[in-house]
Amino acid sequence: MMNDMKQIKHHLTEPLLMGYAAGTLPEAFNLVVATHITMCDDCRAALAGYDAVGGEIMLSNDAVTVAEDALAATMAMIDSGFGAENPAPVRTQNTVFPGPLQDYVKGDLDNLKWRKVGGGVSQMVLKTSRDASVRLLRIPAGTAMPDHGHRGTELTLVLQGAFMDEHDRFGAGDVEVANEDMHHTPVAEAGMDCICLAASDAPLRFNGIIPRLAQRFIGI
Amino acid sequence: MQRRGDPNRNPVRNRFMLSDNDTLAKVDAVPTTTAYGDDHGRRNRTVRNLKVTAEATAKRMAWVSQINAVRDSKDRAAFAELFGYFAPRVKSFLMKSGASPDLAEECTQEVMATLWNKAHMFDPAKASVSTWIFTIARNRKIDLLRKQRRPEPEDLPWGPEASPDQADALGLAQETEQLGQALATLPAEQRKLIERAYFGELSHSEIAAETGLPLGTIKSRIRLALDRLRHAMK
Repeated sequence: MMNDMKQIKHHLTEPLLMGYAAGTLPEAFNLVVATHITMCDDCRAALAGYDAVGGEIMLSNDAVTVAEDALAATMAMIDSGFGAENPAPVRTQNTVFPGPLQDYVKGDLDNLKWRKVGGGVSQMVLKTSRDASVRLLRIPAGTAMPDHGHRGTELTLVLQGAFMDEHDRFGAGDVEVANEDMHHTPVAEAGMDCICLAASDAPLRFNGIIPRLAQRFIGI
Repeated sequence: MQRRGDPNRNPVRNRFMLSDNDTLAKVDAVPTTTAYGDDHGRRNRTVRNLKVTAEATAKRMAWVSQINAVRDSKDRAAFAELFGYFAPRVKSFLMKSGASPDLAEECTQEVMATLWNKAHMFDPAKASVSTWIFTIARNRKIDLLRKQRRPEPEDLPWGPEASPDQADALGLAQETEQLGQALATLPAEQRKLIERAYFGELSHSEIAAETGLPLGTIKSRIRLALDRLRHAMK
């Protein structure tokens, strides 16, 4: 995975990096952002800039009064062994799932509970807060996803393989940020199954009556 | 003990400052705030012209020394200095992000206790003190206010550097100071928009792609550090 780093061409947008730094994105988006940053040093460096903006905004706030005994209470908390935060995730095994994703996906590609969603494509929805959704998609090599438009924003991060759409090619580590204006038909490149992590803050909208009917039943 | 962090009163800062007088002397000692007005049309030029005073840098490096004192000797006086400066600002940030005063107070104390516990993980060449404390506060905010998990990127094995490069730490402190000044000199409307993004009043699709802030210097510095790290890992 580390060796792929130089080949990443499609990055997170500035608003997404700022939203992640601010801590205001839906959990599903945070998962895609954290996974991409694990794979992409450019975006990790850019995030450092947006974290710094957050620090300076915090400093520029008018200070408010804290409780009179706040320092003493904090020292008492420390003395009682108040726990440190959870450590950042580390990759525990050789898998296509980077650390942040391993916290959500128990298992590896072939022992996950994939559900078929038509056209040979499988998905597995991951459990996050309900303000957005995120799923793993497995698209067999050479297969097309149904043509779909978007409401809201959709982030698609390639973990393995590659897909092409009318606009570009997306390989491992690349993230596609699609908005309402975008209609596209991604096709997985020949060679290997394309595994993607896709988050959306609105249901996808498929073009054509059969996919629309199917959408009601399969929940994508 | 809870007075604001005036570096001149801080007993632990000198250790660092004395060793760095040479570098500090290069920093332009031009006063920063008054000379740069709100002339919108000249904003970009204004940002380039911002100067970081030795005093402002010294204050930021004093925070570094204070965290190191907490790490090395569980120095409660140094911690009290940090607490006096940062706790009221962390609390203010949390209240502006929607926390009630009581929750913000509780959360602030947890943030400061976390600072104590994680002092050994602080690296001033990778994040300045204000940035680091902000990230702790932000993560508590997500946990307590939004009740969500916060997926974090994999930690990088930053390597066996016994002590972070002081020139890097100083450079990052200066660049962060410069960023803070640039933020203060943005046109009010533009600054308000950025603040609203960080207080959670804007969705990601409402956030502007162009901030007008000089983020390139910090990004380049961290990018170089990452390149060095990747090279060392080969």
